[in-house]
Amino acid sequence: MAKTHTLIDLKSGKADPAVAIAARYNNKPDALLEILHDVQHELGHVPEKSLPAIANALNISRAEVYGVATFYHDFHLKPAGKHMMCGAEACQSMGGRALLAAIEKLLKIKVGETTADGLVTLEATYCLGLCASSPSMMVNGRPMARVDAKKAKAIIEGLRT
Amino acid sequence: MIKIYVPRDSSALAVGADDVAKAIAAEASAKKISIQIIRNSSRGLAWLETFVEVETAAGRVGYGPIDAGDVKRLFAAKFYEGQKHTLCHGLVDEMPYLKNQERLTFVRAGITDPVSLVDYQAHGGFEGLKKALAMSGAAIVTEVTESGLRGRGGAGFPTGIKWKTVHDAKADQKYVCCNADEGDSGTFADRMVMEGDPFMLIEGMTIAGIAAGATKGFIYIRSEYPDAITTMKQAIRIATDAKWLGNNIQGTDHSFTLEVRRGAGAYICGEETAMLESLEGKRGMVRAKPPIPALVGLFGKPTIINNVLSFAAVPYILAKGGTAYKNYGMGRSRGTLPFQLAGNIKHGGLVEKAFGITLRTLINDFGGGTYTGRPVRAVQVGGPLGSYLPASQLDLPMDYETFAANAAMVGHGGLVVFDDSVDMAQQARFAMEFCAIESCGKCTPCRIGSIRGAETIDKIVAGENRDANLILLEDLCQTMTDGSLCAMGGLTPMPVMSAVKHFPEDFDKPTRIAAE
Repeated sequence: MAKTHTLIDLKSGKADPAVAIAARYNNKPDALLEILHDVQHELGHVPEKSLPAIANALNISRAEVYGVATFYHDFHLKPAGKHMMCGAEACQSMGGRALLAAIEKLLKIKVGETTADGLVTLEATYCLGLCASSPSMMVNGRPMARVDAKKAKAIIEGLRT
Repeated sequence: MIKIYVPRDSSALAVGADDVAKAIAAEASAKKISIQIIRNSSRGLAWLETFVEVETAAGRVGYGPIDAGDVKRLFAAKFYEGQKHTLCHGLVDEMPYLKNQERLTFVRAGITDPVSLVDYQAHGGFEGLKKALAMSGAAIVTEVTESGLRGRGGAGFPTGIKWKTVHDAKADQKYVCCNADEGDSGTFADRMVMEGDPFMLIEGMTIAGIAAGATKGFIYIRSEYPDAITTMKQAIRIATDAKWLGNNIQGTDHSFTLEVRRGAGAYICGEETAMLESLEGKRGMVRAKPPIPALVGLFGKPTIINNVLSFAAVPYILAKGGTAYKNYGMGRSRGTLPFQLAGNIKHGGLVEKAFGITLRTLINDFGGGTYTGRPVRAVQVGGPLGSYLPASQLDLPMDYETFAANAAMVGHGGLVVFDDSVDMAQQARFAMEFCAIESCGKCTPCRIGSIRGAETIDKIVAGENRDANLILLEDLCQTMTDGSLCAMGGLTPMPVMSAVKHFPEDFDKPTRIAAE
């Protein structure tokens, strides 16, 4: 039976927000991915300082939590914007590579980087399952299909306003 | 009241279906026309999304592709009465793309509201489960074995044998896990099932639970499918409230609960043992087999693991009998496979047909050739670990054994079409690159072989010791095939070597350029 631990932030005197999230899943270790998803959803990323709190709550080691948080492409230990471009074969067959290059140019960053304003992180993803409507992207958690350079530009401008 | 259908499948949402629905509602209200908008699932006519349908006395009439900007013109043409318009495709059931299919699994796709139990049951839903509830586990296993159903995830292992193993295993707890980590490029049939007919998956998994004596099930859905996750969770709640899930299903002694778990962007978690690790909250590291998951699976307990399409085929098999299903197909590939036409194709979408259909029929007759109108040069079948087939092999029938005999695989039934502008050396390099990014890192041939493979292809393309490096690449691929723990490293050589074999000219560019 896993005990509920509360790690207190010494400066603020408040419990780490991850503690309440873990409790939502009854502190079950097998729900670790779900917990990390929720932490990222609520805090924008998975702060490294929350990892010990999660480890404590689930009664597993910090190394195990760190291992999981760094294994999966979805989790970001640092704040990131959200913006993904499908990089798999179906999109490649429809000019996905050229589109990705155009987006890199527009954003002035490379895949894996975040814009200076922290708004957009450009990532490759494999794949969004919209392969009959390629190329596709995921923007702020929403899938978009049949994207061309013009549509991509409009999407990026939309993110900035 | 006029019924208008606007799909909620993400292939429609991703091209603005919500805006279309809003525009239709606004225009109807402005024109004081009484309509009811139903958010149905997708018919699988991806190139026509957003595909709007109107119910008429003669049947449903389809319009597509519709953009929010087209709505005013549609109303002007009285589309709500099924009138003609340049974007009108007539009666949907008469469209050749749909009429020429053999839909057993996708029988309700696009027709029903995905989360309506009334719709589901009005179209044959839960007939299979009703029968299963009155059968013994062994009898269910026999029916599934009789159908000849093989694992639709790609490996093609006979489903009945897997279920029998779990059924025969003695344990205090058994599990049913659905692998919905559909990561292969060019595939989207699992997503369409979950978004479009979620009760069918619930029904199939519940039947598996009864067959094996498992009371708990998990659906592992990739995070790239936010709409599938939402719809599955909603459907599970609805089914539970209606006693199709939970304790004492429909008043019987059978109990089965289901839970959705999200993946987190790791392709390797589509490998069944990595998926189990992930479901246990761990890194998605592949387990060595044996022991097989049917005996030592989730939390060390006997576990049925099947792909979405395998579970989705089961309600039909129970309702109509294993023989009815077996009557479709060829050789040892029985039943139907929902093929997914993707990539550079004019009419991309979902085509469910019996095994035995040729690539040419799928690509030309259904798909209408390439989107760009240029000649087909290569088709990658079965995802990123599947072979690239040249145009000369388009007459191969889709059958597990025929494909295996031609160093290719049917896999999950996804076809990615490339026109003659493709650089096959670049595609081969990508296969290695993808393996390097997605390898779990447990075994050396996969973890390091993939990186060395990409480097070696770079050297070949640059003309550096070309012949020697080609031999090295082949040797490396052999090592990956023989020495990898799972299909990730073991099958990456398929796209690589098929590209080298069928498109050698693409690996010889500097020489060619020099000669020109």
